[in-house]
Amino acid sequence: MQLTGAQALIKSLEQQGVDTVFGLPGGAILPVYDPLLDSSIRHILVRHEQGAGHMAEGYSLATGRPGVAMVTSGPGSTNIVTPIANAHMDSTPLVVVTGQVATSSIGLDAFQECDITGITMGVTKHNFLVRTAHDIPRAVAAAFHLATTGRPGPVLIDLPKDVAQSTMEWWYPAGPEEYDLPGYHPLVDLDEADVERAVALIAAAERPVLYVGGGTLKSRATAELRAFAERTRIPVVTTLMARGAFPHSHELHLGMPGMHGVYAAVTAMQRSDLLIALGARFDDRVTGRTAAFAPGARVIHVDIDRAELGKIRQADVAIQGDVGAVLRAWEAAGATPPRLDTWWSEIRSWQTTYPLTYDDEPTEGPLRPQHVIESLAANAPEGTIVASGVGQHQMWTAQFWPFEEPNSWVNSGGAGTMGFGVPAAIGAKVGRPDRTVWCIDGDGCFQMTAQELVTARSEGIPVKIAILNNSYLGMVRQWQEMFYDERYSEVYLSADLPDYVKLAEAMGCVGLRATTPKEMSDVIDEANAINDVPVVIDFRVDATEKVFPMVPAGASNDDILVHPSQRKETR
Amino acid sequence: MNTPEPFAGEVVHSPVRHHILSVLVENKSGVLARIAGLFARRGFNIYSLAVAPSERHARFSRITIVVDAESAPLEQVMGQLDKLVNVVDIWDIAPRDAVERELLLATIATDVSNRTSLLDILGRAGASIIDVDPGAVTVMLAGTPASCDEFERALEDYSSVELHRTGRLAVPRLGQELTNPERGSR
Ligand SMILES: Cc1ncc(C[n+]2csc(CCOP(=O)(O)OP(=O)(O)O)c2C)c(N)n1
Ligand SMILES: [Mg+2]
Repeated sequence: MQLTGAQALIKSLEQQGVDTVFGLPGGAILPVYDPLLDSSIRHILVRHEQGAGHMAEGYSLATGRPGVAMVTSGPGSTNIVTPIANAHMDSTPLVVVTGQVATSSIGLDAFQECDITGITMGVTKHNFLVRTAHDIPRAVAAAFHLATTGRPGPVLIDLPKDVAQSTMEWWYPAGPEEYDLPGYHPLVDLDEADVERAVALIAAAERPVLYVGGGTLKSRATAELRAFAERTRIPVVTTLMARGAFPHSHELHLGMPGMHGVYAAVTAMQRSDLLIALGARFDDRVTGRTAAFAPGARVIHVDIDRAELGKIRQADVAIQGDVGAVLRAWEAAGATPPRLDTWWSEIRSWQTTYPLTYDDEPTEGPLRPQHVIESLAANAPEGTIVASGVGQHQMWTAQFWPFEEPNSWVNSGGAGTMGFGVPAAIGAKVGRPDRTVWCIDGDGCFQMTAQELVTARSEGIPVKIAILNNSYLGMVRQWQEMFYDERYSEVYLSADLPDYVKLAEAMGCVGLRATTPKEMSDVIDEANAINDVPVVIDFRVDATEKVFPMVPAGASNDDILVHPSQRKETR
Repeated sequence: MNTPEPFAGEVVHSPVRHHILSVLVENKSGVLARIAGLFARRGFNIYSLAVAPSERHARFSRITIVVDAESAPLEQVMGQLDKLVNVVDIWDIAPRDAVERELLLATIATDVSNRTSLLDILGRAGASIIDVDPGAVTVMLAGTPASCDEFERALEDYSSVELHRTGRLAVPRLGQELTNPERGSR
């Protein structure tokens, strides 16, 4: 069967089981948009290519399947660099197809030429410039293989226009042997000796902590984690990337560690004698000053990526492997620590003394952002998926939303990309139309990518957006208040400009606003009753509210600042 | 003047603690950029680099990278390199376990006054003359990096010298165990 390169690309995507592509056409990718008309693949036409990338990420984080985006060359391709870099930091599997100028024009500064494989070398797991139509099926199959195996990540396929227009005899590689990846070996055999050494360390631990990172979700090892934790009764902390990897409400769960972590989670790690890191990478937002991090702890570090082992913290036992496989091996070996009663009673006292907390709000408002999040959660159906932007609202969501199951938290962790929330929520809803999807966004973040609500409305994707409108770039404001003598520099945004209700309405969404607690519960009910169009709520929250606990940047986790109401009088 | 002595070529003169990685890569366009980009963005310093198609077939090239082992832990350099999809195999060769060679070409302005002393230096270094014209010679030395260093210093006395070095190639000394990131020692 003779196909054009463009047809071969679409057919290859179908072959990979792709049901949705997020994208926006242009000159160089035009040939591919024609056979798309005859395909079963749903294309979501975005309003900006950054939106396509974040939607693909949201789709992937909510479903566990790779997200796919397609854009044109030049500016189309550079517009999607931010999502690619974001996915790279968070190990999210993406396949991004970019159009490219014809091979004969490459290197000649042709119209809309851009060296996108060069630009994205450092922020993709791998990328391909496809030079013949015959190679398209292999490139697509290899891209999905690379994106989804080993440590997942984004893969970019750059497709020159003439390659899309030329013809090829259809074929499809039967399996990885035909992908032509002689340097790629994602499967690693577990080293039995390492497993035994880990089991011995666990057996000797008196203050162990399971330090669970996003890799546990990527490895789909949440059932194994739960079984292991419940049998051993080792306390569990879940990082920002791992919220939902262990049920929030579980008695063994201490919550999130790190810069804005729960006191008990942060302190348990600091006092631990054995950190069991599962798909976590000792990020500076978790460790604080690394030299002062968990000084008395031995470390078992499990990661599929060998380069993570020893990168930040030398491990006593470093295991390159899949988290699920390692947990199964430990279960088989019966790894059990001695009784942890003393350890648990210490932890329980920290939990009782320093729970997450916030002050009551005045009845006339403004609202407490944490209260808004708790109210949204209390009224959300089971299985609700939550996305967020980046800033204070993100940290409050990570702290106060009770994530009970995997793939329910859609968030930009490693890169901290403002503007991630709205498009990521849309992508999540496309991937899981059966679920309610809330985006808890900041007013600053919302303004970066809000135009994708036009996409959501026109494509019939009823997401719900809660803007925690504090009229500030709040997280930056918090730092200026605390560390720059309250010298506020370029952080004020205004609560009323834009008018978020009108803006929502202009984009075909329902716009609501709440200033008092009473209005808050009313609009939440109203929003929950709407299931056909996107809803945006402008929650007027207190601009001076800060995220606590907080470990100042560069400080030791021992110097964690708890909520003001929990601080002891110094005299 | 000191008594002329043959160049020993034993001392390691490079100021940094270096390590040799012999990296087999797919012979595809952009591979060198991927490796150079990785070293640049991770802050690993390259001391020298030599690239050429490898023995097997045109499918692979071998890159010999001398890394400054003080700029990053070697484990980290190898782990990150190994993640590049086009990197097929990495040999980590400690300098003491390696047989290293480098090629040096130098064009030196000559006249009657310096020709004798130059010939003396060439003789001691084991360098040979590969091109001559009335005012200059081009010489070549293939030797250990240390002997190239020493030869280079000996040429400093000459007013006009244009010097080229290839960067080193290395193979393990026969009978040495190699560490390979994925497949363990071999
Ligand atoms: C693209 C981008 N630019 C800048 C920043 C730095 N930054 C981090 S949080 C933040 C403020 C976010 O403001 P908003 O969305 O209103 O959230 P808030 O902190 O007020 O909840 C800024 C500017 C960033 N993370 N990403
Ligand atoms: Mg704000």
